[in-house]
Amino acid sequence: MTISSSGPSTSAADEAKRARIRASLARRHLTERIFKGLGVAAVVTALALVGTLFWMVISKGYPAFTQANVALEVYFDPEIIDVDAAPVRAAGQSDADFRAQNLAWQRQVTLANWNAIVEQAVRDAAPAGFEIDARSALALVETGERHRLRDLFVANPALLGQRVPVEMLASANTDNWLKGTINRDLEDSRQQLSAQTRALADQLLENGTISFKFAWHIFTNVDSRSAPASAGLAGAFVGSLYMMLIVILLAVPIGVASAIYLEEFAPKNRWTDLIEVNINNLAAVPSIVFGLLGAAAFIQYFGLPRSAPIVGGLVLTLMTLPTIIIATRSSLRAVPPSLRQAALGLGASKTQMVFHHVLPVTLPGILTATIIGVAQALGETAPLLIIGMNAFVASIPATPFDQASALPAQIYLWQGNENRNFFEARTSAAIMVLLALMLALNAIAVLLRRRLERRG
Amino acid sequence: MKYALHASAIALTIALAATGAQAQSRDTIQIAGSSTVLPFASIVAEEFGAAFPEYNTPVVGSGGSGGGLRQFCEGVGEGTIDIANSSRRIRAGEVEACNAAGVNDIREIQIGYDGIVFAVGIDQGDFALEPEHVFRAIAAEVPVDGAMVANPYTNWNEIDPSLPDQPIALAIPASNHGTREVFEERVTHAGCEAAGLPEGTDEAACSTFRQDVVVEIAGDYTETLARLQSNPATVGVFGLSFYDQNRDTLKVATVSGVEPSLETIASGEYPVSRPLYFYVKGEHIGVIPGLEDYVAFFLSDQMAGMGGALEAAGMIPAPAEETAAVLAAFEGGEAITADQL
Repeated sequence: MTISSSGPSTSAADEAKRARIRASLARRHLTERIFKGLGVAAVVTALALVGTLFWMVISKGYPAFTQANVALEVYFDPEIIDVDAAPVRAAGQSDADFRAQNLAWQRQVTLANWNAIVEQAVRDAAPAGFEIDARSALALVETGERHRLRDLFVANPALLGQRVPVEMLASANTDNWLKGTINRDLEDSRQQLSAQTRALADQLLENGTISFKFAWHIFTNVDSRSAPASAGLAGAFVGSLYMMLIVILLAVPIGVASAIYLEEFAPKNRWTDLIEVNINNLAAVPSIVFGLLGAAAFIQYFGLPRSAPIVGGLVLTLMTLPTIIIATRSSLRAVPPSLRQAALGLGASKTQMVFHHVLPVTLPGILTATIIGVAQALGETAPLLIIGMNAFVASIPATPFDQASALPAQIYLWQGNENRNFFEARTSAAIMVLLALMLALNAIAVLLRRRLERRG
Repeated sequence: MKYALHASAIALTIALAATGAQAQSRDTIQIAGSSTVLPFASIVAEEFGAAFPEYNTPVVGSGGSGGGLRQFCEGVGEGTIDIANSSRRIRAGEVEACNAAGVNDIREIQIGYDGIVFAVGIDQGDFALEPEHVFRAIAAEVPVDGAMVANPYTNWNEIDPSLPDQPIALAIPASNHGTREVFEERVTHAGCEAAGLPEGTDEAACSTFRQDVVVEIAGDYTETLARLQSNPATVGVFGLSFYDQNRDTLKVATVSGVEPSLETIASGEYPVSRPLYFYVKGEHIGVIPGLEDYVAFFLSDQMAGMGGALEAAGMIPAPAEETAAVLAAFEGGEAITADQL
């Protein structure tokens, strides 16, 4: 009776409860759907932004990878190249003597009017009866190409009096005109090239003398201001490479060693706490501060050269150290204590325990941290500007002590170049190279971690 | 792992040893300074490297005229630069700072001239500016009926009906640029005089600008160009060479009725031009190889002369006699002193 009487009342209570739950369930499902929706929206936005960025960079930059080349027949006219015969080493002549003699000869060759040779070659290539003045003829070809002709001649003096086909770079302005990066409808006074040069460029493109080729020189040449069409990334790339080597050589051993000491050996007291707090703070210091420190300490105090990869490398090492220390410590902490206890229990010393058992397990973590730290350092620009690595350097650095640029600094330099029509694409091309390097480094990090983790 | 640790310890030692062993001799000329002179100096540096196989290509940094001269005056020695590019003359205070740091032999080289132009986007109105227009557009206080009042102008045509009916906005070089000094001297001060300040007004009124319409650009001219693109009504201040290479997107304004060009600037008709300089540290001559040859090469006809590479890049060559005198003074070892300025 009690049951039957309480039956309907409980079922009513159950009913109410169920209704309440149903109502709240709908609400909770709604919240979940909203949250999921927000999450998807966030991911889509992020992807869209990255996509837009890549699309903008690539669409702007890919035209820079092909460039107009002019196939000319160059006549090494003995009347223009009026120089002595190349010096031949006499018997018993000392090295220094011969070098001096050779340099004097090279100077003489340099002073020959190579522009006249280029001009003649352009005239020869022009269609019969095409009238063009000297300035307009020279404007077609990149100014630096006359040095290349000279180098060809220096390397092989037998070229004198011969006709040789030479593939030359068209000037930046010719490239702009043919690619249409400068508005082709503008009147003469707003064009960079004279009407004659423009007409000649169009005709030569039509008859195949000018053709668009892949611009390998972006990777093999150094930066250039006097011959912008030949500007390349080689100097900046080697500069960045030296800096990354220094970062790896210094930051990895120092970072890993300090992390191991702090995590495995150091007593836990106020001092180590203080050190830990400071390392975390160091990781949060803006990179420009490291640049100022580098300028004050390494350049002013230690007298290291300005705009040299050694200083850039040291500054970036300071920047990367905290990243590596923190990442290494957290991967050491993730090693189960049982591993340590087992090693110690079997009689291993603490050092043996760390180096034989703990460290190998953490290797993937350390490697990832290193590569991500290096990738970060590779793209860092602000400190490099302060230590003068945004200087114009037209040579490949032979050692880390030579002046050099770096990839991000080179992007900054090209971005500021006054020939906007030409360098807008160049800048994007340089960004593409830098991004490709970053992606490659990150891919290596992922691959290495996968391999090492599987083995472990 | 042990080996890895040993290897890295060795690498560390080598790196540190290398650091210690450096201070040997630097054999590359190091230059820094004005971003106006930078393109010209870079072109010469590159050609110098190509023409003199025995020397390295000089390294050219930027940092503005003031920044370059500050580095220049840090002292004598391989850690300091050899040449400072400047788009204005060195100041007495800078020479004193140099002397205090032990740099006494400062050789001044004037390389040619540069014009400063006002330009707008190509689809904007035509500007025929007078210095007074610019002064009235940007000064914080302007004289109206003999009294100084807060600048009342919002559109150019309110200043002068001949100017376009568009809001006033200007992008001018910040004070780290040498260009700023010339801008103030030749444009705003000239305009200030033309406007006729009431008796007893402080001279400072000539160079106190209102901040709402004036953007000071600390970076280079591409930043000014970007301003013009984001706010098309902006009038930008550029060097002639930058304008020359971007004639397809920029339209130049006449100043006092003269259109800036190589000819009008060389003849002195166009009012806003200035000489360009670089300063050589005499103490480094003979220590850093190639310094003397670099100066001679820079001033040679094929570079700084008429029809030379720098003219093609937009610099206005100085008359040949002037250049010869500069070279003679350099070779004669004439150093500049604070009381000459």
